[in-house]
Amino acid sequence: MQSRNNLVLVIIVLLVALATYIALPIDHPDWFNRIVAPHQKDDPNALTLRLGLDLQGGTQIQLMPDLPEGQTATEEELDRARAIIERRVNGLGVNESLVQTGKDRIIVALPGVEDPDAAIETLRGTGQLEFVDLGDTPLPAGSQINTTLGPAPNPVNDKVYETIMTGDKLKNVDVRRDPNTQKPYIAFELTKEGSEIFGKYSGDNIGKYLAIVMDKTILSAPVIRAKITDAGIIEGDFTVEEAQNLAIQMKYGALPVPLKVVDVRTIGPSLGEDSIRRSLLAGTIGVIVVLLFMLAYYRLPGFIADLALLSFVSFNIALYKIIPVVLTLPGIAGFLLTTGTAVDANILIFERMREELRAGRSLTSAVEAGFSRAWTSILDSNLSTILTGLILLYFGSNFGASVVQGFAVTLIIGVLVSMFTAVFATRTFMRFMIQYFAEPLKSKLSWFSV
Amino acid sequence: MYDIIKHRRWYYIFSTLVIIPGLLIMLYSMLTIGTPFRLAIDFTGGSLWELRFSQPIPPGEMVSFFQSQGINDVNVHTIGNPNTLVIRTKPLDPAEKQQLLTAIEQQFGEKPVELQFRAVGPTVGKEVTRTAFIAVLMASLVILGFIIWAFRQVDHPVRYGVSAIIAMIHDVLVASAFFSLMGFIAGWEVDALFLTALLTVIGFSVQDTIVVFDRIRENSRRRKGESFEVIANRSLLETMQRSIATQINAMFVMIALLLFGGVTIRQFIATMFVGMLSGTYSSIFIATPLLVSWNNREGIFGWFGGRKKARPKKASV
Repeated sequence: MQSRNNLVLVIIVLLVALATYIALPIDHPDWFNRIVAPHQKDDPNALTLRLGLDLQGGTQIQLMPDLPEGQTATEEELDRARAIIERRVNGLGVNESLVQTGKDRIIVALPGVEDPDAAIETLRGTGQLEFVDLGDTPLPAGSQINTTLGPAPNPVNDKVYETIMTGDKLKNVDVRRDPNTQKPYIAFELTKEGSEIFGKYSGDNIGKYLAIVMDKTILSAPVIRAKITDAGIIEGDFTVEEAQNLAIQMKYGALPVPLKVVDVRTIGPSLGEDSIRRSLLAGTIGVIVVLLFMLAYYRLPGFIADLALLSFVSFNIALYKIIPVVLTLPGIAGFLLTTGTAVDANILIFERMREELRAGRSLTSAVEAGFSRAWTSILDSNLSTILTGLILLYFGSNFGASVVQGFAVTLIIGVLVSMFTAVFATRTFMRFMIQYFAEPLKSKLSWFSV
Repeated sequence: MYDIIKHRRWYYIFSTLVIIPGLLIMLYSMLTIGTPFRLAIDFTGGSLWELRFSQPIPPGEMVSFFQSQGINDVNVHTIGNPNTLVIRTKPLDPAEKQQLLTAIEQQFGEKPVELQFRAVGPTVGKEVTRTAFIAVLMASLVILGFIIWAFRQVDHPVRYGVSAIIAMIHDVLVASAFFSLMGFIAGWEVDALFLTALLTVIGFSVQDTIVVFDRIRENSRRRKGESFEVIANRSLLETMQRSIATQINAMFVMIALLLFGGVTIRQFIATMFVGMLSGTYSSIFIATPLLVSWNNREGIFGWFGGRKKARPKKASV
């Protein structure tokens, strides 16, 4: 029993040392990262504390399918749209950008982006390519038109034109030059489905006008000269560079569904820095006051609770780095609140111990009774907090994404860690102490604030 | 042994005196602005733009500037610093925002620092309101279920669950009333963080109540001869030290966050602070007295049938 406790103590001390080493804000050697966080092996930022946009500054954008009432995008369409958005984001050259799909939306995080407005324009502005039936009247390139897929911001007329096909039916797009005039043109190939739709339409409408429309703006409006099945060309008055840009947009910018920006959140870097500085200060002061209170109020057990609380802090930070957890301002608040929970577990135990000592029990049995009696209260109350945390996590994706989830994640981790440090580790420390110092402590019950 | 339970009517009256005015504030708010709280753009949709200038700009000037730009629905206020303006309008798209920024630069002679910008579409707002409502309801049901399960081995576990939920609703009402009041005093607006604060208050309120109930469960087993009222009172006194010590610790952390923490989470922390204060109070002075009242079939608990008002000698839990 005693030697087992000593072994457990050694293991706990080693774990705390390991956690503290991970928690330190230093560069850890590569081999160490590979062992501790194998899932982050290709990440240059392995084992660093990741800060949310509200702490480091940046922009978060939520995009949702922009479809007429009653229509919804399929999961697959949303996923393809995400892949396209991701390519565009990578094109922006923002470090550590992140593109995720939520339940019905795409969430883009651009930390430290210099010009958020331009970034938003790039993300949502380009890319929906449509082939539109103009009928007998041609319209000049640059005109905006309403189509059956949605209205244009500044249409040239009130008419709603019929969309024959969208850009996702394109298989291949290339820029070529006319061998005689050297004028560039765009050659495209269609998928099997596209060939069927386009073949039927072009066959029935020879001599009529077809508009190639990017984001409701006409790029060119050629006459249909022949039935087009699997391949076609777009001629227009553009330079080689313009043609190449257009081809890239057609290739990568063909969103399966139109997207609209539903939520933009930009935090300037100065506000982020201010938040970090303030949170650190508030956290340090809060923890120091709690440490002093526990020491003054519970004395010797309080000192042990303080050791447990310090290891609680190390374990939490280490876990944030290993998992990894993106730390946000509400996340820090969640962590600090669980320091309260951790201390609460110790308070429950020590109050119980005090009662038993006052009832005349021996030190050893009072300590054991304190832990075993307080355990059900600690477990029940912590389970209720974890349940609340899980509900927050589940619903969090719907309100403002990371804000609520960041809080829920640190809350849940904190409560779980507190059960380890405040109950298991504290008990091991106490047993160790009593095992070696039971005799001298007997006359020093005041150290237990009895 | 001091008898806390005996004075339970006074606690009910005290809580009623706190909650009724709180409900009235929310009712007044319903009548004047249509909702019990001022809603942030998370719910209504719109833009929130925080700009810092090098010198104080009167909010009124900014309002007339926006109106001159054709944006009439605009609300401008300062937080903490007179140099920093928080501007709330309809959702602005990036192009509009850039135009406004250029115009602001011309009008006020300097390019302000953009501290924060947020735009939420109106459809999202509606959806958030619905989900928020479901979340609070879900949390209550799950916790009710959890308590009934945790206390399944005692008599009447439902009583424990319902009493804890009443205490929890008590705390939610106190925190909400506080927020509604601050809406009038300081223009506080309900956002996603307020909901987080509320759900945390729910979690911790129940946590406090469970600690006391747990002691009642244990004492009922050990002291079969005592009446339920005596057992409940004993359990309250035995857990009192813990309740106070824990509350003091939580307060230290929250006061530190309030004084030194970021401005952006100040409302969140303050709401949680009030809610947790109410949570400690309600676990001692509402949840446990309610259990006793129910056991003795006092007041409305008499309607639930069963034994007469005369208290049973034997502990019935």
